[in-house]
Amino acid sequence: MDPITTSTLCIGGIGLASAAALAVAEKYLSVPQDPRIGKVTEMLPGANCGGCGYAGCADYARAIVADNAECNLCAPGGPACAQAIAAFLGRAAAAMERRVAIVLCCGDDTEALRRAAYNGIADCAAAQATAGGDKGCAYGCLGYGSCARVCPVNAIRIANGIAKVDKALCIACGKCVAACPRKLIKLVPAAAEIHVLCSSKDKGPAVKKVCGTGCIGCRICTKLADGAITMDGFLAVVDYAKPLTNEETVAKCPGHCIRKDAPPPTPNS
Amino acid sequence: MEYLLLIISAILVNNFVLSRFLGICPFLGVSKKISTALGMSGAVVFVITIASAVTWCLQTYLLVPLGLDKFLQTLSFILVIAALVQLIDIVMKRFAPPLHAALGIFLPLITTNCAVLGVAVLNMKEGYGFFKSVLFGFAAALGFALALLIFTGLREKIERAAPPRCFKGVAISLVTAGLLSLAFMGFSGLVK
Repeated sequence: MDPITTSTLCIGGIGLASAAALAVAEKYLSVPQDPRIGKVTEMLPGANCGGCGYAGCADYARAIVADNAECNLCAPGGPACAQAIAAFLGRAAAAMERRVAIVLCCGDDTEALRRAAYNGIADCAAAQATAGGDKGCAYGCLGYGSCARVCPVNAIRIANGIAKVDKALCIACGKCVAACPRKLIKLVPAAAEIHVLCSSKDKGPAVKKVCGTGCIGCRICTKLADGAITMDGFLAVVDYAKPLTNEETVAKCPGHCIRKDAPPPTPNS
Repeated sequence: MEYLLLIISAILVNNFVLSRFLGICPFLGVSKKISTALGMSGAVVFVITIASAVTWCLQTYLLVPLGLDKFLQTLSFILVIAALVQLIDIVMKRFAPPLHAALGIFLPLITTNCAVLGVAVLNMKEGYGFFKSVLFGFAAALGFALALLIFTGLREKIERAAPPRCFKGVAISLVTAGLLSLAFMGFSGLVK
């Protein structure tokens, strides 16, 4: 046989054999995937933010269908998405509460001291690693925007040296919570409007020395809040499980660190 | 001793990425995060080791007897390796889901990588026996993994640094790769 025929037959034979092996394997060994997984994936927003705790929307859809995961974990999709999936799968839709991230510090550059001039990499973790950060307060927001950079929807702005979350844009994916080296960002119910915007656990005089708007641990708010604010050492902490509506807490706070959210802008204003 | 020399020379002296310049695309492509680099390394070690075994059999029992090994080697190797990896992918998905989840997308990605083909062709060129071929493939893949992981570590550090603006991104990565390659040149002469 001449080389042309041999090589053609040889390559053709190898190709055929491989194709046959693959076809057989595909037919007898492949793992059938539940068709509902694809449908549920389409219902999810497809942002792949990971806020639900799974690796992307497709993985979450798989978990919902196969592992019976709750279908109300998708923050960007919101209640509408949860209900649509629940209806599709014939499950009871669990109630879902919208949550937003909040930075628990209001000591901006006007109120809080900077104890050093930091010239390094503009990154909170790097600033924190450099002798504990340049902020006078060991608990305050450093304002180098590590949280803003990881935010998939650009909901975080740095204003006057501290980070602020735009409530309307936040999808509660939790990436900023993990990015903050000082653990200042928390996910709270979007309905809550009154917050203690301070995380300093120092005693009153120590707080006052470095910040004009810190919690000094006076306990006035705990008496007014009817159990919705508790003390963690020298720091007042809002218990978001209980309703907090008494606006006197905002007015009476001597540290001016209890703040009420600005009302959402109306469309015609 | 002979095997030890083979392993050391494949990992350090003739490192696939840094001395032979094979497998550059995954080296630059998936070296941004240690976790993805680890997945890629695992897949490469797995595929190269198995590919060395299969291509050796193909060469010895089919191509050489038919007198086709001079010109049909590359084509048939690519064909067989690609089919083989697809097959492994299917089988692994069925019988070893955790391993499949760990290697994931990287397995089909490296089917026709030049490092995989390079190992197979080099095995034939050096005339290694079956066991030696597989060992060489395994060691070469370990060398690839080593280079990839070192490079990824460097890139993660560079990400935090502030290089001059014109060097940012790919440029500084290529410079880093070059310097790393220079460092590995220091191993030449370790094994004669």
